[in-house]
Amino acid sequence: MISASLLTEFQNLLGKDNVLVSESDRHAYSYDAAVLDAVVPELVLRPTNSEQLGKTVALCNENKLPMTVRGAGTNLSGGTIPTKEHGVVILTNGLNKILEINEQDLYAVVQPGVVTAKFAAEVARRGLFYPPDPGSQAVSTLGGNVSENAGGLRGLKYGVTKDYVMGVNFWNAEGEYVKSGGKTVKCVTGLNIAQLMVGSEGTLGVFDEIILKLVPPPVASKAMLAEFDDINKASETVAAIIANKIVPCTLELLDNATINYVEDFTKAGLPCDAAAILLIEVDGGHIALVEDDAEKVVEICKKHGARRVQMAKDAAEKNKLWEARRNALPALARARPTTVLEDATVPRSQIPAMIKAINDIAAKYKLQIGTFGHAGDGNLHPTILTDKRDKEEFHRVEQAVDEIFDVALSLGGTLSGEHGIGTAKSKWLEKETSKATIIYSRRLKKAVDPNYLLNPGKIIGG
Amino acid sequence: MHEDLHQLAKMLHELDDQMVACMKCGMCQAVCPVFSETMKEGDVARGKIALLENLSHEMIADAEGVQDKLNKCLLCGSCAANCPSGVKVLDIFFKARVIVNTYMGLSATKKAIFQGLLTKPALFNSVLDVASKFQGVFTKTANEVIGSSCSRINAPVIGERHFMPLAKKPLRKLEPALNTRPGKGGYRVAFFPGCVIDKIYPQVGQAVLKVLRHHELGIYMPAGQACCGIPALASGDKESFDKLVKCNLEIFEKENFDYLLTACATCTATIHELWPMMSGDKTESMQERIAALAAKTMDVNQFMVDVLKVAAPVQGHGTKVTYHDPCHLKKSMKVFEQPRALLKSNPKVEFVEMSEADRCCGCGGSFNLQHYGLSKDIGKIKRDNIVASGAQVVATGCPACMMQISDMLSQHGDKIAVKHVMEIYAETL
Ligand SMILES: Cc1cc2nc3c(=O)[nH]c(=O)nc-3n(C[C@H](O)[C@H](O)[C@H](O)COP(=O)(O)OP(=O)(O)OC[C@H]3O[C@@H](n4cnc5c(N)ncnc54)[C@H](O)[C@@H]3O)c2cc1C
Ligand code: SF4
Ligand code: SF4
Ligand code: SF4
Repeated sequence: MISASLLTEFQNLLGKDNVLVSESDRHAYSYDAAVLDAVVPELVLRPTNSEQLGKTVALCNENKLPMTVRGAGTNLSGGTIPTKEHGVVILTNGLNKILEINEQDLYAVVQPGVVTAKFAAEVARRGLFYPPDPGSQAVSTLGGNVSENAGGLRGLKYGVTKDYVMGVNFWNAEGEYVKSGGKTVKCVTGLNIAQLMVGSEGTLGVFDEIILKLVPPPVASKAMLAEFDDINKASETVAAIIANKIVPCTLELLDNATINYVEDFTKAGLPCDAAAILLIEVDGGHIALVEDDAEKVVEICKKHGARRVQMAKDAAEKNKLWEARRNALPALARARPTTVLEDATVPRSQIPAMIKAINDIAAKYKLQIGTFGHAGDGNLHPTILTDKRDKEEFHRVEQAVDEIFDVALSLGGTLSGEHGIGTAKSKWLEKETSKATIIYSRRLKKAVDPNYLLNPGKIIGG
Repeated sequence: MHEDLHQLAKMLHELDDQMVACMKCGMCQAVCPVFSETMKEGDVARGKIALLENLSHEMIADAEGVQDKLNKCLLCGSCAANCPSGVKVLDIFFKARVIVNTYMGLSATKKAIFQGLLTKPALFNSVLDVASKFQGVFTKTANEVIGSSCSRINAPVIGERHFMPLAKKPLRKLEPALNTRPGKGGYRVAFFPGCVIDKIYPQVGQAVLKVLRHHELGIYMPAGQACCGIPALASGDKESFDKLVKCNLEIFEKENFDYLLTACATCTATIHELWPMMSGDKTESMQERIAALAAKTMDVNQFMVDVLKVAAPVQGHGTKVTYHDPCHLKKSMKVFEQPRALLKSNPKVEFVEMSEADRCCGCGGSFNLQHYGLSKDIGKIKRDNIVASGAQVVATGCPACMMQISDMLSQHGDKIAVKHVMEIYAETL
């Protein structure tokens, strides 16, 4: 329970409007984008500057209040759902300043609450490029991205958030300011704490300033759609493109079920009888090279059994192709009331096996599952269409999810390509890693957060 | 209280099927004008839906808190238009407002306005006629270009607003009831001016009639029309809403016509979308009658371009005009190309696009009364975008937006005129 005097202290620190106490206000922070049970925080705190953030953390620590930091709350693994002991939610969307965009040295310094797409647009206005583009970028925050190590459609060629984090300054559990990394391209001073913070899901510190690397943008790109009668051939094509030393910026796969849902929804003229389609985009610094790559990709597709490859002639056609991909989730989401979007990742060569397994699991548990994803990096999103109110069916969903992750691990894959572990997947962590890994991680956590207050229960449980 | 909550929960449970489609992805945060000001989850669609779910499952006892959150919304529909899951957010919000507000009781003021005045069109009209004669005593001109006024005295309902005065003569006095046969234009259309055009912007109604006559259409504009009902419905007063629907239905059913035209985005969306949506409790034959009239209802810009095909683009020179997309036209009715086409067909107009043309102006009907501060903050962004476009005139298709935009421009002393697209189109004839 939060005492009246502590409440007053928070109100004096943050201003009354930034301390949410009413039941209706707090309930609006009891969930995130994961389909998990809600837990209501006892208080929601919204600092609007760095000093307030530090003091908030210190006050919570002094009073032994568990803290769950929340950016936009779009994570799919329960990372921002307060733990059972309740505690407080610290909202970062008031810390939303881009502090510096350095065009000479190609880096930017941002506060954690900056919305990803706004940042990318600001950077683009200056002729630079910030590649990580999670599907949620219109609302997700950079703090949330770093904390989840978010990736996007461009991951194959440009990497994910971790590849752009040069430094993270954060408040530790006690509310002291820790600096890690810096503004130089090369920086090997001290422990590599900055990278440890990437993907830490709010369990090791509360980010304050983040230093991000920027790159020059590509000047040309070409996009195409390849149709396959056999999903194995589509996956072989993926491997073959890479083996031919072409790294597309985007290489997406939609399975037959997803194609049909998208076509139902958009009437874009997709080939509903195809077993799979690949959406491929190559980009680069010179139009001639890009065109050359694009032609090679067409050849490779055809050689590996594509029955048709359609190259976008102009920006409008390219946009039409991407519409299909952008509408994968919306189309699936409309089919049934509840949408469980999973994140299983396997080595590229195992994609056909993984997709076959998913389809078998769908049949076994009598579920509708559409699969799409970033084939180029082996990151698949099997999406289960269900109704969480149907207890019996939802139980089957849970069993299916268990099995999907079992298969992913047995194929040499991982639990998460980009959505993090949170509470949703923490029970599998040991299976993928080892007992020793969990123990090591818990020791680390204990050392930096002795009171176990920073997003307790997430990733490593406990 | 627990018994009470149980009752409310049971009523809200009806919305479960619609609410469960929300996957809590949070994408509505990107487009919600209220959220972009307050940055609070309870102010965006996802948060409101979560609160209603909690209330309907009796997980939360704070019914009043939920009601407050529910009312802090422009009903602009931006969230619904952008929702990947296709959640019918406005359906949920309107129905929930009716359930929660009926349950918690309407305020005495709202009761007096909706039940005592709005549902009695003749009385409503005469009260405002009297008011228009006396308003000069209390108000003074604020901005000549815009034609706005502000209060001479300290009046809390008006506050710092720069409002549009009531017209000296309402449309219904300038243009008494019409019932004409079609000429070369072929069609016979009914015209529903709506309250704001009738009482504040009769010149917009006159412009529409000029256009309809020019194109030789038969016109049915009956006397005794009532308000479309949106103010009552948005406040959760379904009873008054139903009365208004019935009153209008009976009047318009007296004659045959091809389309029911409106020049108010809000009225169009209300008749076209909300009348059928809220008719679930009516008899089958009543539902059919409502659906038939709703199906004939069309925005006048859309009618001109899609049906009459009048808008040939020309290279315009002269007045720089920009266009604001009313939420109800773009997000609910998907009408946004047609008004632009009409503006571009005027040779004396140079059309310039403003940035974020479809960002809500912040009016939101009673939202403007309850949350004027927020409404003004949202409106300020619209004003800045209009000014940045360099336009001399801002055109739009909703008289409610015209009032809000006038207030915003007038308060900043901007010399930019606010017009309806039909006024500009009528100038070419
Ligand atoms: C429609 C949709 C599409 C998506 N597409 C993608 C995708 O393509 N790729 C992808 O990787 N993910 C995707 N996601 C998942 C999600 O959007 C990302 O994980 C995103 O990075 C979360 O950002 P956020 O600001 O919402 O963070 P939140 O959900 O608010 O928080 C995520 C985690 O970060 C922690 N955190 C937040 N801020 C801080 C801080 N300042 N300091 C310390 N910890 C902090 C939180 O405690 C939590 O554990 C998608 C989600 C949705 C709903
Ligand atoms: S965008 Fe739609 S599905 Fe997503 S949270 Fe908002 S209302 Fe729910
Ligand atoms: S209707 Fe408009 S104001 Fe209301 S929640 Fe949706 S976007 Fe926000
Ligand atoms: S008056 Fe303003 S608030 Fe209402 S619909 Fe028009 S744009 Fe949105």
